[in-house]
Amino acid sequence: MKLKDFIKIGDYEWEIPTSFRKDMRVPVRVFASEELLLEVLEDQSLEQAVNAATLPGLVGRVLVMPDVHQGYGFPIGGVAATEYPHGVISPGAIGYDINCGVRLLASEIEYEAALPYMDTLATLLNEYCPSGVGSEGVVKVSAGELDKVLREGARWALQQGYATENDLQRTEEFGMIEGADPSKVSERARQRGREQIGSLGAGNHFIEVDVIEQIFDPRAAAVMGLREGCLAVQIHCGSRGLGHQVCTDYVQSFQQAVKRYGIQLPDRELVCAPMDSPEGQDYLKAMRAAANFAFANRQLLAHSARRAFEETFAPHFKKGWQLVQVYDIAHNMGKIETHEIEGRRVKVCVHRKGATRAFGPGAPGLPPEYQPIGQPVIIPGSMGTASWVLVGTEESMSRSFGSTCHGAGRVMSRAKAKKDIRGEELRRKLEGEGIKVRAGSLAGLAEEAPQAYKNVDRVVETVSQVGIARKVARLRPVAVIKG
Amino acid sequence: MGYREVPHTADWALHVWAPDLPGLFLEAARGMYALAGAQPEEAAGTHEAAGAARRLEIQGADAESLLVAFLSELLYAQEQENLLLEVSDLQILPGDPWRLIGTAKLRPLHRLVKAIKAVTFHNLAIRQTGQGYETEIVFDV
Repeated sequence: MKLKDFIKIGDYEWEIPTSFRKDMRVPVRVFASEELLLEVLEDQSLEQAVNAATLPGLVGRVLVMPDVHQGYGFPIGGVAATEYPHGVISPGAIGYDINCGVRLLASEIEYEAALPYMDTLATLLNEYCPSGVGSEGVVKVSAGELDKVLREGARWALQQGYATENDLQRTEEFGMIEGADPSKVSERARQRGREQIGSLGAGNHFIEVDVIEQIFDPRAAAVMGLREGCLAVQIHCGSRGLGHQVCTDYVQSFQQAVKRYGIQLPDRELVCAPMDSPEGQDYLKAMRAAANFAFANRQLLAHSARRAFEETFAPHFKKGWQLVQVYDIAHNMGKIETHEIEGRRVKVCVHRKGATRAFGPGAPGLPPEYQPIGQPVIIPGSMGTASWVLVGTEESMSRSFGSTCHGAGRVMSRAKAKKDIRGEELRRKLEGEGIKVRAGSLAGLAEEAPQAYKNVDRVVETVSQVGIARKVARLRPVAVIKG
Repeated sequence: MGYREVPHTADWALHVWAPDLPGLFLEAARGMYALAGAQPEEAAGTHEAAGAARRLEIQGADAESLLVAFLSELLYAQEQENLLLEVSDLQILPGDPWRLIGTAKLRPLHRLVKAIKAVTFHNLAIRQTGQGYETEIVFDV
């Protein structure tokens, strides 16, 4: 694919028309500067977006965010909406880590005052939030209890004393997506979930302590409780082995479903089933159960992070160490939503894979305090670089199915990162920049090095220029905990 | 017979080749274990399953589905049971469905460096070549 294959819509928007390939059902719209687009053309991301544009029942366009990178089947940073109920749902277009997402909690502790205690904080976060390959969770749940987790998500955690009502109010879907059915989750997935709830895992998942470096929208920041110079915490993880197994199970079983429904696809990872078919319904119910597991998982980790904050700061500060939830967002999810598409209100399933819901002011599903400003969107950068808090806009509602980017987006393969970057050197470099690092695996740390990712500031600038999110605050990392 | 890592921006990919299908499946397993840095305990250790054998019987709609199901079985044992499966006597039986039959010696894991979330079907196709079979497998990590 080359630049000449695109129609330039604007400085930050490009379109691949359906004439590009005869099996495309809808165009592909890419949000990127020319510089970012040229970088994206170096891997298979946009071929994957074109493949996604062949899914039956698509409406509007397949959208590609500026942090896009090559994934499997569907690109990471892709959004596609299929008409409900006859359109399809595709597990591979949501991803193995169902409801992978980010939670942001804010404190009133000033970084300068916290400096003497940052080592202790990093150590306690690392101790209380289990991470790493095969890590087991902070609690073990019985089979019956797991059913409740799968049905009730973070609301289960509230009943167990691990959450506040405010946490739930400030979580996408209020921490519990309706329509989950634990009986559609396999025994293997359940076994994996029972041991891993309340754990971070490995890979690109992390807990990060940030200082709120710059505020762009004082009104929105005040509503969210973000104060310049104060500490905040991001928790990035998902549904762990339970979600991976749910997706594995349904991608495997849908290999037969596509034959039954006569669906032709260019890539077997895109297998799908009509939402009104028994197969599609089963997956929807299982995916929602896995999503609830992820909400509960991040809630337990937030509880552990609060414990670390309290033990570190309560002996030294009279107040301000309590972590108050800003928001919790999903960036791998399929959601039934209603959007205005080409002049009509349409109920659709929005597949977001490496893309964040970004509902604008007044949209349904937001707590009262966020109704006037729009939904907070949390954009973690790569390790050692900035992260951003944005808000959804009216533009995101009308142009991107209420969606925006999800992070920095990789540019370097893991193999190259592993070869070129030494974990120990990277740790020293980060520590030299004043970032406390607690990492289970130095090889894993190297794979997630900042140079393996795009510059998150350019990604955020793009979505801001397009108008599908608005800047609220920029965060700078001061401690990173990784598996 | 062998495998090599293929560059992939976000995940991991392996090119695998072998003179026959059982060989291809076993090489894919070796490659996946190598990517994950999975190493078995040398001594028997205390794992209750150490040294025991397990019969494998797996089904798939076709050769590719069977390969994904086989590797997913190994991933499950790795993550959930802390076991590396040393597979032998592997038979691949085409049909409707395709079937895999084999024996696995259970080896407790000594070390695991990287978590693999899943084995994907992304562009997965087992091709016949002049020398046997080859394929590329993408793993979500």
